[in-house]
Amino acid sequence: MMMSKTIKLKTVFGTAIALISYLLISFSSNASPVETFKFKDDITKVRFQTLTKELRCPKCQNQDLADSNAPIAADLRKQIYAQLNQGKSDKEIVDYMVARYGEFVLYRPRVSSLTYVLWFGPAIILFFGAIIVVVILRKRTTKEESSELSSAQQQKLEQLLNADNDSADNLPKENNH
Amino acid sequence: MNKAIRFIPLILVIILGVVLYRGLSLNPQSMPSALVGKPMPDFKLTTLLDENKVVTKADLKDDIILINVWATWCVYCKYEFPDLIDIVKKEGITLYGVNSKDDRTTAKQWIDKLGNPYVFSMFDEEGSLGLDMGVYGAPETFVVDHHGIIRKRFAGVINPNTWRVEFKPLLAQLKQERLAEQGK
Repeated sequence: MMMSKTIKLKTVFGTAIALISYLLISFSSNASPVETFKFKDDITKVRFQTLTKELRCPKCQNQDLADSNAPIAADLRKQIYAQLNQGKSDKEIVDYMVARYGEFVLYRPRVSSLTYVLWFGPAIILFFGAIIVVVILRKRTTKEESSELSSAQQQKLEQLLNADNDSADNLPKENNH
Repeated sequence: MNKAIRFIPLILVIILGVVLYRGLSLNPQSMPSALVGKPMPDFKLTTLLDENKVVTKADLKDDIILINVWATWCVYCKYEFPDLIDIVKKEGITLYGVNSKDDRTTAKQWIDKLGNPYVFSMFDEEGSLGLDMGVYGAPETFVVDHHGIIRKRFAGVINPNTWRVEFKPLLAQLKQERLAEQGK
């Protein structure tokens, strides 16, 4: 009797937590604007979603078009929708936006003399970093090699040791290494 | 040589610091318009005051003009209006309006109440001209030269101060350009 009651309580508690977390999650995902667009097929839908994620809202600069609630973002979403329905290609739509709002609206800037640093900078820095690492590692290994004796040094050492052995046989062995 | 290498990280950090520090004082909102240097886009709209009168780009004066994007839903436009009227009177500029995504009756009431700084206002109900001009808010003001080329986009409120800083030098320069061309 007692047992089943606690189990019941546990399941009720568990369901309540699950429900609350579900509500929280669904609320937070509802923060982005809600609009209903009807797409003629799934490909158009995916293209719309990709385009609105790749284009930046000119007004709220850290949001993409899909995410922004600014009036201008809503206008641009409608514009993209209309142009998709007119059968325009993705490139044409992006060009349309760039012609009006500048390269700024692209989250992935185009490769141009202005954006070389942006595109190739990290690779160049990585390249130089790799060179520096290699140089440092090389230096280290050569140092380790030099700690081993060259053949001339070895000979000299043996000579010295032998001379030592001859002159002082009574010295403890461990000194004669 | 080795000693110099030791200072490289320090130098890099200092350079990075200078770059980031400069970034602090930049205004991310002030972006050059993509349309600067390009011709004013074509349009075909009715005027705000007369819904039967259709105007196009050809109706704009063939001179240095200013085009101001405004709307009654734009709070700052209300502050801007008296200054615009004042500046038009004082400076003798040609100013057109683009009434963007607005209600015609309300906008007309505004003009009645606050006065009319514009030669005429295009009634851009759908915001299509606004879109073509790369407008993303109001107020915004464009300077178009005597060749019909957009020379400046200013996003923000015009008041005596911004007028003096942002517009006066450019207008003087444009007038000189025009004068030089006429002299040829």
